[in-house]
Amino acid sequence: MPTITYRDALNQALREEMQRDDTVFLMGEEVGLYQGAYKVSRGLLEEFGAQRVVDTPIAELGFAGVGIGAAMGGLRPVIEFMTWNFAVLALDQIVNSAAKMLYMSGGQIRMPIVFRGPNGAALQLSSQHSQAWESWLAHIPGLKVVAPATPADAKGLLKSAIRDNNPVLVLEGEMLYNTKGDVPEGELLVPIGQADVKRPGSDVTLICHSKTVTVALKAAEQLAGQNLSAEVLDLRSLRPMDEPAILASVAKTHRVVVVEEGWPHCGIGAQVVDIVQREAFDQLDAPVLRVTQADVPMPYNKQLERLAKPSPEKVVAAARRVLYLD
Amino acid sequence: MPTKVFMEALSPTMEEGRLVKWTKAVGEAVKTGDTLAEVETDKAVMEIVARADGQLLQHLVAEGATVPVGEVVAFIGAPGEKVAQPAPPAPPPAAPVRSATAPSPTPAPVPAPAPVPAAATVVADASRVVRASPLAKRIAKEKGVDLKLIQGSGPGGRVILRDLDGAPARAVAGSAAPAPAAVVIGSGAAFEDVPLTQIRKTIAKRLGASLGPVPHYFLTSEVDMERAAEAREALNQQLGDAAKVSFNDIILKGVSLALARHRACNAWWQDDHIRYWNEVHLGMAVAIEEGLITPVIRNADRKSLSAIGSEARALAQLARERRLKPEQYTGSTFSVSNLGMFDIDQFTAVINPPEAGIVAVGSIVPKPVVQDGQVTVRRRLRLTMSCDHRVIDGATGAAFMKTLKQMLENPLAMVL
Repeated sequence: MPTITYRDALNQALREEMQRDDTVFLMGEEVGLYQGAYKVSRGLLEEFGAQRVVDTPIAELGFAGVGIGAAMGGLRPVIEFMTWNFAVLALDQIVNSAAKMLYMSGGQIRMPIVFRGPNGAALQLSSQHSQAWESWLAHIPGLKVVAPATPADAKGLLKSAIRDNNPVLVLEGEMLYNTKGDVPEGELLVPIGQADVKRPGSDVTLICHSKTVTVALKAAEQLAGQNLSAEVLDLRSLRPMDEPAILASVAKTHRVVVVEEGWPHCGIGAQVVDIVQREAFDQLDAPVLRVTQADVPMPYNKQLERLAKPSPEKVVAAARRVLYLD
Repeated sequence: MPTKVFMEALSPTMEEGRLVKWTKAVGEAVKTGDTLAEVETDKAVMEIVARADGQLLQHLVAEGATVPVGEVVAFIGAPGEKVAQPAPPAPPPAAPVRSATAPSPTPAPVPAPAPVPAAATVVADASRVVRASPLAKRIAKEKGVDLKLIQGSGPGGRVILRDLDGAPARAVAGSAAPAPAAVVIGSGAAFEDVPLTQIRKTIAKRLGASLGPVPHYFLTSEVDMERAAEAREALNQQLGDAAKVSFNDIILKGVSLALARHRACNAWWQDDHIRYWNEVHLGMAVAIEEGLITPVIRNADRKSLSAIGSEARALAQLARERRLKPEQYTGSTFSVSNLGMFDIDQFTAVINPPEAGIVAVGSIVPKPVVQDGQVTVRRRLRLTMSCDHRVIDGATGAAFMKTLKQMLENPLAMVL
């Protein structure tokens, strides 16, 4: 199985889907001539031409709207945002047009569109460019939200997103683009709405997604050094969320720590806790704990930024607490 | 496989026990029902008995150590049988093994001890609120276990999974055994710190929960002041205008001497121990414009009546002028509050923590009393002692009050 980067896995997904279906096209800032701010669209302009790889002005609300119109007209647009921080400008189109079109047209108008780009903090991009938006986006009925952590999941989920007849938001990560992993050759589709056990364990479940999967895996490794067995459950899809996978893991371990990049208040973890306490109350041996970004705008200072982010050490500490060891 | 001997719940409210004495030595043969150890519970000293036949293989707890209910304290097995290591703690520094002779724990994941089996001596306390994780509640229901009998190891005594089946290793914070120490009087030191016994801990917990942080109770005694008044008049005639002796001086002197004889009342509550003072530093509540302050007469039991009188007046004056230095109003071991000048018959004073008691002094009033079968008029005084029940039990406070009454009724006793 070839080992490739997350960036190249996304590139493969785009290329394969554009080859497979000529209604699929890519649109966004710098996706063509520059081949993408993060080089996800490398080689696509050359292969598919300027009609299917479209450079746009710096106008997120505008090109999101154009994409939505194209989807209403029967195409399958993939809209790239240079980051989800910039996509805030396009939220009106995403929330009010894309998410509601099928519902408000009485099922007449489908919305097969993908919005994708990096989400969450990278390194020292300061408060306005280090935000994790998933709880905003997953809040909206009518949208699907996926957040792949590995190259294989990135490829498989983007391909599923492009083929989906509903708006799907794909949350990538600037710090993930260069990470490598095994990606099966040939057709790879990861179903939207399925979590994945990235590491099995028996004492505590670490529920995570996107970049925090790496954090949780490192924490699980440290816990293993203390004879504690942590299961790492990667949600992969935030809406819909894989409730059976969450409940199965809780039934096994009885203790849960939720790890996410976003802020604590009304975060993704709050949704997970809701599911766990409601559906697995009698399985719980301890209150569920959450590890999140500190409840502050992301500091620019390098040390403060490190302290504000979830870390393996914070996850280990929380895991030990739900195990009543500290 | 060796049989575990647990610290058993020997009373419904027992949460930990102090192993007073091993009555079976390592290597001794034991039969079911034999007494293995004496354990001091929150109520009394009781016995742990063998629940298996064989040889006592190992003591895990040293004499004098206090361990929570449910902890393994010894093993019984066949002669020469190997003993599995007791449940190790997850973090290496927190060793649950308290015996110096026991081997150090290894980090192998051995199940923690199961809770005490429902022995005949264990009675469920229906009044106890059970805290348990949802999982523990479900499993207890399935297994038919009464959660009230389980000592929870989670926060606030929450019963969690490991208390039922001992899943992950138990991490016990090292609660070092307090050295048992008897109350020694007159060692020459200013005070003596005495560790709390189990029964003292229970009294403190129960009473504190009932009345507030300082569980007060009150003892009132009426004192005949006729002879004290005569003595005072005689003294003042002799002293002339030099320095008058007041009733308050006599009461302060009496309280100081009574405290010297009842050290159990001359004490500070220190949360995890009681400090019994060998010196008497008497606080006297003084009303000032802004409120109240309690200046201190140091070593009052060793001072003469006139010395106490002049010091009390000087301190009261400084207090009203707000010129007291900190060392003049801190460090009292007991206090007196006098509202007699306000025509108060009797009242209850609030204890000045960490002191364990205070005496409230009312007015001296002529009253008809029966003496030798005749109704006569005598000057009488009502004293009310407020006691911190964590330190001073009823009979202890009453004995102090009796001595104080005797001294005031027979002032000559003060010169003894």
